[in-house]
Amino acid sequence: MRVAVERVSKTYADRRGASVEALRDVSLTVDAEEFVALLGPSGCGKSTLLALVAGLLAPSAGAIYFEGDLPPGRAATAMVFQEFALFPWRTVQANVEFGLEEAGLPAAARAARARDLIQLTGLAGFEARYPHQLSGGMRQRVGIARALAVDPAVLLMDEPFSALDAQTRQLMQEELLQIWERTRTTILYVTHNIQEAVYLADRVVVLSRRPGSVLATVPVGLARPRAEAMLGAPAFIAAADRIWSLIKSEAREALREAGA
Amino acid sequence: MSARLSAPDRTHALERRAHPVVRVLALRGVVVLWELVTRTGWVPALFLPSPSGVVEMLASGELLVHVATSLRRLLLGFGLGALLGVSVGLAVGFFSLAEAVGTPLIAATFPIPKIALLPLLILWVGIGEASKVAVITLGVFFPMAINTYTGVRNADPLLIRAAVSFGAGRFSLIRKVMLPSALPMIFAGLKLGAGTALLLLVAAEMIAANAGIGFLVLHAQNLMETTKLMVGIVLLSFLGIVSHWLLVRLERLAIPWKA
Ligand SMILES: Nc1ncnc2c1ncn2[C@@H]1O[C@H](COP(=O)(O)OP(=O)(O)OP(=O)(O)O)[C@@H](O)[C@H]1O
Ligand SMILES: [Mg+2]
Repeated sequence: MRVAVERVSKTYADRRGASVEALRDVSLTVDAEEFVALLGPSGCGKSTLLALVAGLLAPSAGAIYFEGDLPPGRAATAMVFQEFALFPWRTVQANVEFGLEEAGLPAAARAARARDLIQLTGLAGFEARYPHQLSGGMRQRVGIARALAVDPAVLLMDEPFSALDAQTRQLMQEELLQIWERTRTTILYVTHNIQEAVYLADRVVVLSRRPGSVLATVPVGLARPRAEAMLGAPAFIAAADRIWSLIKSEAREALREAGA
Repeated sequence: MSARLSAPDRTHALERRAHPVVRVLALRGVVVLWELVTRTGWVPALFLPSPSGVVEMLASGELLVHVATSLRRLLLGFGLGALLGVSVGLAVGFFSLAEAVGTPLIAATFPIPKIALLPLLILWVGIGEASKVAVITLGVFFPMAINTYTGVRNADPLLIRAAVSFGAGRFSLIRKVMLPSALPMIFAGLKLGAGTALLLLVAAEMIAANAGIGFLVLHAQNLMETTKLMVGIVLLSFLGIVSHWLLVRLERLAIPWKA
């Protein structure tokens, strides 16, 4: 499925009337089977944009469209949350089954599908554990398994690997790429790590500081499937440099503001 | 510096020892002292019956009728009150209309000492079992409703959003997010309610009953049967301990994710 975000703005208003403009006039598309990374400094509205696409927030202006047919039995979107958002009262198995329950799958089918994803995300043997008994990296894998379980047409991932150590992150990136090669799910992937964005994505959408607006969309000229060897390839370095030059001044200003 | 010092343990002041022997001895000591005081006739049995006498009467089973009667009232009243309280608390916590109706009503009626309603309840449902069960139900209902409501309102908004993002509807949300979120508060309410229920049971049985432990205690006092009176008190404290213990066990079963 294709996602079209058209001139979307979002302003949060609290009860006392104070308002925060998170996004201003953002337009972007994610084509079917495309992997798009969304990159921007902290607080620029990346999570907000994902929540808008997931239908968890309503835009203040503009609209979001899904184009293409949704095969029956497939969820339109599924989200991997920045803060994991696992249900503490559910075991790993039951957390992964949550979306399938809501989709009305019978128990046996649910259990089988959840087992597949637990296997896939390397959580085998931890089915009966509760989230508080897992490390941060494993919790995030449960979040990923829960999202993949519903076979979403669009997968929304909010800094899924930011809580992981560098080595685990590298391995998880490889795994995500493998899963994506197999399923070709449309992915919108939020990160503030330039290397990660370039390594994973077909295109990188760079957002400005708050209120977030699109600075540029940088295409990544790397072949698929990706391999670690590409991390030093000229196309990789070119894309990374381009993105860094785009956000350098933004990051400096953010730093200066924070210091002032 | 060439000296070699082992890292000091600075936690001495925080240490709290369990003193298991003292614990057992303290309780036994009091009972033994009590027995001695009564055996020697230092305190007349009319004022303080001996522990052995109390145990004897407990074992004889002649008071079982009263225990059974009280237990039935307690279980019915507590069960009804808990069920109603949790349901109302969930509804008021989740539906804005129920909240608009429920919160002012609960705020207005909650401060009434429930025992003051007993005469009214007797007038409405008669002096039989119903009035006693009703007063306990009322006493349990309020802490349960208020605790459940608070638990639901404090449910993590992130988890609610996560559930919604996976397609959860209202009733799924209530059952799969709100209810488990509120469970710790619900159990706190149950423990609170168990104490209230016992208090109301005794009060109601003292005011208007011809059976039950509360009746037993008051009646025994009228007849100067101090041993019987003491047995009633022991039975009541026993009920309190057992109900608390049961609730703690139940809580562990119901909330396995809280280690
Ligand atoms: N519910 C809310 N109410 C008011 N303001 C909010 C709310 N949620 C987010 N904001 C504000 O909107 C802005 C964007 O927040 P958002 O979480 O989308 O940023 P982000 O790009 O995901 O940041 P990070 O990289 O740190 O996760 C921030 O300034 C934040 O303070
Ligand atoms: Mg964020």
